[in-house]
Amino acid sequence: MSDNLLELDHVTMQFGGVTALDDVTFAIRRGEILGLIGPNGAGKTTCFNVMTGVYTATSGAVLFDGTSLAGFKRFQITKRGIARTFQNIRLFPDMTAIENVMVGADANHRTSVGGALLGLPRHHREEAEGRNTAMELLTFMGIADRAGDAARNLPYGYQRRLEIARALATKPQLLCLDEPAAGFTPAEKIELMELIRKIRDQGYTVLLIEHDMSLVMGVTDRIVVLDFGRVIATGTPNEVQDNPAVVAAYLGVPDDDA
Amino acid sequence: MSLSESLRSVTSGARSVSRLGEALGKQSRSVRWSFGAICILALYLLPWWPNVPVLGWIVETPGTSFPSVLTDQVVIFVLVALGLNVVVGLAGLLDLGYVGFYAVGAYTVAILSSQHANLPWLLCMPIAVLVSMLAGVILGTPTLRLRGDYLAIVTLGFGEIIRITANNMHWLGDSRGISKIATPPSIGPLKFTVLDAKPYFFLGLTTILIVIFLLRRLENSRVGRSWNAIREDEDAAELMGVDTFKFKLWAFAIGAAIGGLAGSLYAGKVQFINPSNFPLQLSILFLAAVVLGGAGNMWGAVVGGALVAWMPERFRGFADKRVFVFGVALVLVMVFRPQGLIPRKIRKERWLESWKPSTETALGHKE
Repeated sequence: MSDNLLELDHVTMQFGGVTALDDVTFAIRRGEILGLIGPNGAGKTTCFNVMTGVYTATSGAVLFDGTSLAGFKRFQITKRGIARTFQNIRLFPDMTAIENVMVGADANHRTSVGGALLGLPRHHREEAEGRNTAMELLTFMGIADRAGDAARNLPYGYQRRLEIARALATKPQLLCLDEPAAGFTPAEKIELMELIRKIRDQGYTVLLIEHDMSLVMGVTDRIVVLDFGRVIATGTPNEVQDNPAVVAAYLGVPDDDA
Repeated sequence: MSLSESLRSVTSGARSVSRLGEALGKQSRSVRWSFGAICILALYLLPWWPNVPVLGWIVETPGTSFPSVLTDQVVIFVLVALGLNVVVGLAGLLDLGYVGFYAVGAYTVAILSSQHANLPWLLCMPIAVLVSMLAGVILGTPTLRLRGDYLAIVTLGFGEIIRITANNMHWLGDSRGISKIATPPSIGPLKFTVLDAKPYFFLGLTTILIVIFLLRRLENSRVGRSWNAIREDEDAAELMGVDTFKFKLWAFAIGAAIGGLAGSLYAGKVQFINPSNFPLQLSILFLAAVVLGGAGNMWGAVVGGALVAWMPERFRGFADKRVFVFGVALVLVMVFRPQGLIPRKIRKERWLESWKPSTETALGHKE
């Protein structure tokens, strides 16, 4: 078993004439929290979309656990162990919080029409298992008190956490969080980062897209920096912080240097 | 009494029905079951409702026999609305050609019991259900990759193709249709003849109850959850591991099967069908029934189906203007209850109150 859970191998993604990802290569190691950062439009979310099968890379390969993900449908990739959240929340608004999480848990279930119609033992077993998983995850995320409410009626912070709970319910090996703290107050952000660390301690590998540099520095083990679709730096938070290319990408280059 | 007043009373009636449902939900199991039993009994007595004072004046259908309105219209529409509700209300797939499946069911019975063979109705019916289901799969496999408006247009075409094919194929009786279709077999005192519509009503009502029972099981399972997730956000559902294509195809197949079942009941009742029984307008009315009742709510579909079938007959006294009155009624109901008469409910998680964590670990499911 290799150390790398997921590898992007020279991935290029083009939309018409726009190159969103340009020869991107990096790896996510088992058990780490990897931060994926970069200015707006750097290609972070595109990177997620290529990994989770939303887009098919123009060239290059995505290897998960050593096998290429090419040709797998999105739901198959999820079942293989990659789960994600969305930058702009995409819950099932008219379903309850618990149902949202149970949809995620269903990724590991096999009951279909026949089993449900006949009320087979497996159906009952899986329903009970789904409920327990869902409630445990909601408790873990600290939102179990609103389990029976429709997702659209939940406060913003709860919705963000619910997305993470739903993703965890699919029992992923790799959890991809797309700006999970967007719109949070500084206190809430710190709380969430604490939670993400706890998730990692449970044995998950986490890929984290985040805008806020200081936050990423605190929680991640390693960081990959994207700018204009290219990887401009990889390393520990400290290494990346001092990298002149990263500083330039984030703060711009003084005129007289250009 | 003005028309809008009477319609206001219909919508407020619907509101009190929903409220009654909520109140009942709080009652104990035995109270709910006995209430259900009384309702079912009252439904089996429906053909005699016009003899009851006041109630009789409300439900009666001037100029048409009430029992035959029940069998030829109400039962069929309720069944069809239940099936279409799976497709439109639960899975969120807009199907404008649902009459096609209804026609496939009716024509299968007609062909097998009269035109090309002499099989008994009881054997034709399950075959018709299977054939319609197959039609659903055949239509769904290529088209369910489409979404929204595109799917609606393709299904619209399907409904027309079925009708036009039947109209032009000699093998299907062309425009003259097929007569002498077999009736269901008589069971003891229940004789299925042209003279008495009641046995058909009992058969139809029983079928509806069985379909409701089975659909409830689906709704309360992984299947129903997947349908809801697909309706709410198809992309998110797929990224959470839902095999969206498979479950959409199931929704289509199950909807089609129920449509075919309704068609086979209809054929067994009227014993004569021709292509003009299956116009596009019927697809629209079926959809109106689901939307009027409340898309995504099974009880809404039942009420919507029953109203859409019964209202034109009730307003027959308005002669030529009855369709207009019916249309106004639909519009007003939509104005006062835009989500339908009995809107979709957020699921009540009854078990939550008694839920206890099974283990102390926060993420107890991790191996």
